[in-house]
Amino acid sequence: MAAGIVAWGAYIPYFRLDRAAIGATLGNAAGKGTRAVASYDEDTTSMAVEAGRAALAMAGGADDIGSLSFTTSAPSYLDKTNATAIHAALGLRSCVPAYDLGGSVRSAFAAMARGQQLSAAGGRPIVTLSDIRTGLPGGADERDGGDAAAAFVFAATDAVAEVVAVAHQTEEFLDRWRVPGAPASGQWEERFGEHAYAPLGEAAVTDALKAAGLTATELDHVIVTGPHARASRRVAGAIGARPEAYAPDLGAVIGNTGAAHLGVAVVEVVERAEPGQTILVLSLADGADAVILRTTAALPAAQAAVAADRRLAGQIAGGRTDLAYATFLTWREMLHREPPRRPDPVPPAAPPTRRRDGWKYGFNASRCDVCGTRHLPPARVCVNCRAQDQMTPERLADVPATVATFTIDRLAFSLSPPVVAAVLDFDGGGRFSCEMTDLDPSEVKIGLRVQMTFRKLYTADGIHNYFWKAKPLRSADEGSK
Amino acid sequence: MASNGIRDRVAIVGMGCTPFGEHWDKSVDDLLIDAAGDAVASAGVKLDDVDAFWLGTMGSGISGLTLSRPLKIDYKPVTRIENMCATGSEAFRNACYAVASGAIDLAMAIGAEKLKDGGFSGLTISSPPSDGTAAQLTAPALFSFLAPAYAKKYGVDEAEMKDVLTRIAWKNHRNGALNPRAQFKREVAKEVICNSPIVAGPLGIFDCSGVSDGSAAAIICRAEDAYKYTDKPIFVKALSFVAGPAAGPLDPTYDFTTFTEVVRSGGDAYAQAGITDPRAELAMAEVHDCFTPTELVLMEDLGFAERGFAWKEVLAGTFDLDGELPVNPDGGLKSFGHPIGASGLRMLFECWTQLRQEAGERQIKSVVEGGRKLALTHNLGGQPGECVSFVSVVGSEPAA
Repeated sequence: MAAGIVAWGAYIPYFRLDRAAIGATLGNAAGKGTRAVASYDEDTTSMAVEAGRAALAMAGGADDIGSLSFTTSAPSYLDKTNATAIHAALGLRSCVPAYDLGGSVRSAFAAMARGQQLSAAGGRPIVTLSDIRTGLPGGADERDGGDAAAAFVFAATDAVAEVVAVAHQTEEFLDRWRVPGAPASGQWEERFGEHAYAPLGEAAVTDALKAAGLTATELDHVIVTGPHARASRRVAGAIGARPEAYAPDLGAVIGNTGAAHLGVAVVEVVERAEPGQTILVLSLADGADAVILRTTAALPAAQAAVAADRRLAGQIAGGRTDLAYATFLTWREMLHREPPRRPDPVPPAAPPTRRRDGWKYGFNASRCDVCGTRHLPPARVCVNCRAQDQMTPERLADVPATVATFTIDRLAFSLSPPVVAAVLDFDGGGRFSCEMTDLDPSEVKIGLRVQMTFRKLYTADGIHNYFWKAKPLRSADEGSK
Repeated sequence: MASNGIRDRVAIVGMGCTPFGEHWDKSVDDLLIDAAGDAVASAGVKLDDVDAFWLGTMGSGISGLTLSRPLKIDYKPVTRIENMCATGSEAFRNACYAVASGAIDLAMAIGAEKLKDGGFSGLTISSPPSDGTAAQLTAPALFSFLAPAYAKKYGVDEAEMKDVLTRIAWKNHRNGALNPRAQFKREVAKEVICNSPIVAGPLGIFDCSGVSDGSAAAIICRAEDAYKYTDKPIFVKALSFVAGPAAGPLDPTYDFTTFTEVVRSGGDAYAQAGITDPRAELAMAEVHDCFTPTELVLMEDLGFAERGFAWKEVLAGTFDLDGELPVNPDGGLKSFGHPIGASGLRMLFECWTQLRQEAGERQIKSVVEGGRKLALTHNLGGQPGECVSFVSVVGSEPAA
């Protein structure tokens, strides 16, 4: 009954940029395949919430989670903790700590290691990894990067894998860097990074295999991730594992998702691995971190608990690939477009936001104790029976809804006009009007089945306005009804 | 409804209304001075004869000083009123009550709005600090929910619905073409309306009322004093205003084909005025045609058409200037734009003009020949399911 990962969730955003679209605009060779793109209304915080919701759904809820961590190389706030918004949106208890861990890709391994350690000590943490990878137009980071998030719940027992061995190598050298606030990272000559990483990665793997008492050919799965693609390929080759053991690097479809990539790669393997298999995970980021895991008998039951629409393979294969490069540049604020002749968005104010954070972040409606009517947003006086102050909060973030009617607003401000708005009727009662996202305006229709998703509505005066939107339910078993 | 009303206890004895439009060369002060001046001149009184003032403006100034400062009013009560798109009508309603109470002999209700100094497309409303969760939809988007809902409920197909909405805009522009005070003083071809660029849902630019500046004012006295000021006073028959519980956005049974607030305020107003068949008794109605589907739904909510039949009546011309019940004979919000504080009083100005048979080319025949002596004004502010509504009935004959 090992301590470790008991539940997971990956989140790959809906949009893909076809690399050919970059080349078509800029006239250079931009390579093949696609990269995942966070929508205009997503950031690393909102994507971490989506991955976290998937992990919690698999883990059986948020009630017994004991801590939260959030790791990204692209935090939406500095100085202010981002994990507190994730904590609120996931509906964790107020006694649960929430921390941002680091601002580099290497921090992802540290966050996972901390999750493992906390669970070994009897805790039940949730670890979230999320990243948006940007680069200057036409560059390798823009082309080869990707946006995604992953989350893991660790527990003291029933882990799907136990830790067999760990090994590390650290060295200070200048491969890539970013000054806070800069739109893209700088990188030293590619061959220098390869030269620096190769011995570190090889040493970490050698030490880990030795500690585990394994040879490379005995490994069932090998994951090598890191921001330096060439170094990762070289070290992977040097490990000498069986060819079929190497996990796909996912770069051709979603790109290299930075601090999230380690997590996404682990999800990819655990969703298809079998009990009793060994997994080497090597993170090459400002050094080398290696861990060897052995899957347990708990794995098949966990795999069966993954909701159909949350499976990584489906998320990778799904998605929309016709995103225009100009739209991508606009979303990443590389292209400043003329705004409509409307007032600028107003930032949310701190006191009303705090008073209503159960609604704004937790999507908690209120249900009348007298007549059962649901109110979105929560109300003190019942619209149906007028009973006052007899309401019970009720989280509706995970309750599906049906579009009662809709409109397409071509005048309202949006980074991605037109705004699609819908009037929703929730399963089990309750009506609410909100924006829709991750759909083409032609897709919306009366009767469309939708689910809620946590988004960043806009940023004004440097303040991010987070709230929930609706997006189509696209899982196999949930069509429109 | 426990609304007693003040039927025939007060009368309008003078009115003024500026041209509506893009008044780049006029401030809100200028508009107020012009409308107030026209109103007192119309009543044959001086500004100093007016005992108290009610000023309606949503965003062109705060407090009574917005009126007293430019007009140099000498130490009189000036109340500034805001009630969204019913702001001008609310200034009128409250002035009427003050006169009916006996506290005031002569009151002015005046409304003004200066929208074109803002530099934005469409209306903008600034809200108090919030948690940022309220949907940021524009007014055309909110009202665009009406058209598909109505069409679905009553089996009107998309093309027919487009014809209905087009005809409403066409009719109002046709009326406005005859009105020298209108912002748009020209007819617009149905093809132009129908093919105008889409703003929200099925609504094109010509389904939306415009943005303009303007001001209008009324002088009000007790009914028994009315003939001291004019041979043709207009008597207040009914005033009704309701604010709804904003139930629509919460209520899954709300279907976007009616404004309950309008049904309630209309019923109250008819009861006050003793009207049982508004379509047969009214000479005309000025209604809040902020968007074409709004006017369509209002025809049913105000009892001018049976439920589900307003679209046919629109196509049949029932509400045309020469139809059975002319609606928006002055051209409506469609031709005037919607300077919020002024619109309700602008509607009243058309009732005043028509019932006194001073409307010239637009004169409604039933007033002259058919003996119809009652007119209705209506405003609503907010959105379907969550709004305020005002209905007044005025008439040219005093109490029997």
